[in-house]
Amino acid sequence: MSHVPLVGLAVDKGMTEEDYFKPLFDGFEFSKKWIEEEKPDAIILVYNDHASAFSLEMIPTFALGCAEEFEIADEGFGPRPVPTVKGCPELAWHIAQSTILDEFDMTIVNKMAVDHGFTVPLSLMFGQPEEWPCPIIPLSVNVIQFPPPTGNRCYQLGKAIRRAVDSFPEDMKVVIFGTGGMSHQLQGPRTGLVNSEFDQFFLDNFGPSPENLIAIEHEKYLREAGSEGIELVMWLIMRGALDAKVVEKHRHYHVPVSNTAFGHLILENEGE
Amino acid sequence: MSEDPKSSASYRDIPGTFVFDAQHSRKGYHLNMFMMSLIKPENREAFKADEEGYLDGFKLSPEQRRAILERDYNGMLEVGGNVYYTLKLAATDGTPYEAAYANMAGMERQDFRSMMIAGGRPADGNMHLTDWEKGTD
Repeated sequence: MSHVPLVGLAVDKGMTEEDYFKPLFDGFEFSKKWIEEEKPDAIILVYNDHASAFSLEMIPTFALGCAEEFEIADEGFGPRPVPTVKGCPELAWHIAQSTILDEFDMTIVNKMAVDHGFTVPLSLMFGQPEEWPCPIIPLSVNVIQFPPPTGNRCYQLGKAIRRAVDSFPEDMKVVIFGTGGMSHQLQGPRTGLVNSEFDQFFLDNFGPSPENLIAIEHEKYLREAGSEGIELVMWLIMRGALDAKVVEKHRHYHVPVSNTAFGHLILENEGE
Repeated sequence: MSEDPKSSASYRDIPGTFVFDAQHSRKGYHLNMFMMSLIKPENREAFKADEEGYLDGFKLSPEQRRAILERDYNGMLEVGGNVYYTLKLAATDGTPYEAAYANMAGMERQDFRSMMIAGGRPADGNMHLTDWEKGTD
């Protein structure tokens, strides 16, 4: 799902019923009910930091938040008025250890403020609770400094995360969010680019045939989905963590939210 | 704009776009770290109180200083800025992101908004420099 900062503002300022925002929030009615019924024990939230916890001083490609708690970042206009995030250190450390031994060189992070990339998807799924309903593990992916990890690498990391979750001794229900995208360009004279055809191709293939997506090269994302559309590689981590066969429970696509195309999918493993 | 003439990266052919690659990141390091400093409220206050003086604390080129002081958002990108960083200046100013986007698009804010509501800037005709060279000038 996309994670545009304007959505956070709409929630915080009570503008979700306005004409501009209504089609976006209506698209989440199913998803909110779905997650309320699923009651996950933990969420792994794949997102990108937008120069909040990390700057150009240090640029980890994959950074896993293993702390007890994550503060809400100040992105230049003060922190969003949302609850502090409780982590899930036992599972997070297990995932860190397991993925590293599985040959993914994860960066372990114990202090990391989370920004709109992280909090907007939570607001969309949970509204404005006093506390987030379960512990959440942040997985931050570099998509700002070129090059981000490849789509295939993200997909394979997702599989490694799945192996880690499967091998965790405690039986837990874990939901994984892949966030970012869809087609959009924030910067420069070409800002405002939206490519619905690209987005539809991505949504159509994401569940049944992710192999058609993992080989998409960076340049194709940049050129066709906009320079920030490359955030879509993060969705592939989520896809890798699911079964080969999945059921699409819900799909929603809406243009525009700010200067982006907004999309989200709810997928479940088919087996069970 | 002074791109490295040795760079033959094929993504340089994407119009109206600054790919934040190694070359760009090195050029813009100090500008972006100035932007990063604005995540602290006390720094935002210090900058607002004395913009020139605050910028003296960062190793900026004259062109980087000019672009910042004039709020020339494309200009900042040309000298190594990254949009996720430069938007912190907009936030500090209380400028809505949409106004900064419109500034970069060279459009009035309302026109930019209308373009987005109509479906955004289409990919067709905006994917290669040759598209722009044909159409615009």
